[in-house]
Amino acid sequence: MQPIISISGVTKTYATGFTALKEINLDIRRGEIFALLGPNGAGKTTLISIVCGIVNRSSGTVTVDGHDINRDYRAARSLIGLVPQELTIDAFESVWATVNYSRGLFGKPADKAFVEKVLRDLSLWDKKDAKAITLSGGMKRRLMIAKALSHEPRILFLDEPTAGVDVELRQDMWAMVRRLREDGVTIILTTHYIEEAEAMADRVGVINRGEIVLVEDKAELMRKLGRKRLILELRSPLDAIPDAFSHYALELSPDGGQLTYTYDNQSERPGVASLIRELEAAGIHFRDMDTENSSLEEIFVNLVRKQA
Amino acid sequence: MNFHAVWAIYRMEMARAFRTMLQSIVSPVISTSLYFVVFGSAIGSRITEIDGISYGAFIVPGLIMLTLLTQSISNASFAIYFPKFVGSIYELLSAPVSYLEIVLAYVGAAATKSIVLGLIILATAALFVPLRIEHPVWMLAFLVLTAVTFSLFGFIIGIWAKSFEQLQLVPLLIVTPLTFLGGSFYSINMLPDIWRTVTLFNPVVYLVSGFRWSFYGTSDVPVAISLGMTVVFLLICIAIVAWIFRTGYRLRN
Repeated sequence: MQPIISISGVTKTYATGFTALKEINLDIRRGEIFALLGPNGAGKTTLISIVCGIVNRSSGTVTVDGHDINRDYRAARSLIGLVPQELTIDAFESVWATVNYSRGLFGKPADKAFVEKVLRDLSLWDKKDAKAITLSGGMKRRLMIAKALSHEPRILFLDEPTAGVDVELRQDMWAMVRRLREDGVTIILTTHYIEEAEAMADRVGVINRGEIVLVEDKAELMRKLGRKRLILELRSPLDAIPDAFSHYALELSPDGGQLTYTYDNQSERPGVASLIRELEAAGIHFRDMDTENSSLEEIFVNLVRKQA
Repeated sequence: MNFHAVWAIYRMEMARAFRTMLQSIVSPVISTSLYFVVFGSAIGSRITEIDGISYGAFIVPGLIMLTLLTQSISNASFAIYFPKFVGSIYELLSAPVSYLEIVLAYVGAAATKSIVLGLIILATAALFVPLRIEHPVWMLAFLVLTAVTFSLFGFIIGIWAKSFEQLQLVPLLIVTPLTFLGGSFYSINMLPDIWRTVTLFNPVVYLVSGFRWSFYGTSDVPVAISLGMTVVFLLICIAIVAWIFRTGYRLRN
């Protein structure tokens, strides 16, 4: 199936000479929840801003549902709702006026019933006549979301949606994201909270220093998460793994001095004990052993550190 | 054409004017009335007629132009600068609207406000001095043309400005002096020759002169030149706005 967003060869160098993005290639699948992870300053917001038309890119192409974001910007942009990281609202407008304004701005005819539904869903209906400036931080965040949803987007960008947000709003927000996904809306969220990506996303991408360093199904990552590795430092190097051990998921280091066994530590019989017994019986001795967990956090930190 | 968007922006901008009624409408009316009291009554009583028109009536077109220029610039520059300042411009930039639609909505709203204001001041003036308008259609044409041109000019300033200080800079340092020296309160024929020549480089002279002609049928410079100069300035502003949007200058960079 054609990806709903296709980013290819996108770079961004600011006038100051700072390169925010280097050759980004990324496809977002229709209807998925995609989490873009990365440390501060990695380029997450710049990338989103380019796709949404807020920032001009230096090179590359972006298509949204097949529409080029420059040539066919109307079609591309009307599909997208954006909730930016900063709470930036015209402070003196009422909730009702500002949400209706957003709907109009995106070319949709007025629909009071729909706007009312959006406000009710976000527990904002009671505040509809309040000026934005009088709202609490959490309510302002809800208002930003309401503005983004007011024009019935097919793609929703949430830039750091839960930064500084209380537990109740966070739960409401995730419930909303799931509901939207059931309606077929594609959701792209950026975060530096790894648990958030783990809890919500179908796929995870990691961006660091303007480069995408990993894109993977979350299920695959979770599989890795639930995995443990047993590392055996061998007394004498092996040329190859003996056939008798082919039913174990073993890997031999290039120099033959290290054997790595990856196993599922959730299983009843992880096979560690039997492997060690069988190795001893086969005359393969080791002088040290170590086990390690792989977590998304660890993968993330390693990827980020490797680049530094 | 995204008419819903143009309408949404226009309506939002007009709503802002009504919300700040005191600042947008009452204060210009008060300051104009003060001009009438000071220039028209106090000083004007000692000035003889100019071109056969009483001094109080003579300054009316200039006063309206003064308000029209400053209000068009401040309305339009603030309207686009403020979302830039608070960051809410992200929404406008991410919306499926063309540059033409953005300009149409913002400049349209700013021009509407200053035209309404100009008409209110005209009505206020009628309370102080006997007025006559010889060419009402041309009067309206000059009013609309000037409001649109200077709203565009304000829009450019609003995009260019990086701070509130810069936002005030152009109106304060350039526009206000030009307006005062543009023959609002006197006929440039009253000036010594050399100053008269210098004054002809001031574009505001042409606006005031043309506008005054539509009232009293007399002018410092030929009307066709007034009209031509205004249109030239309008075209320059349109060209700059087109360039801003083509390059994303201070908006998408």
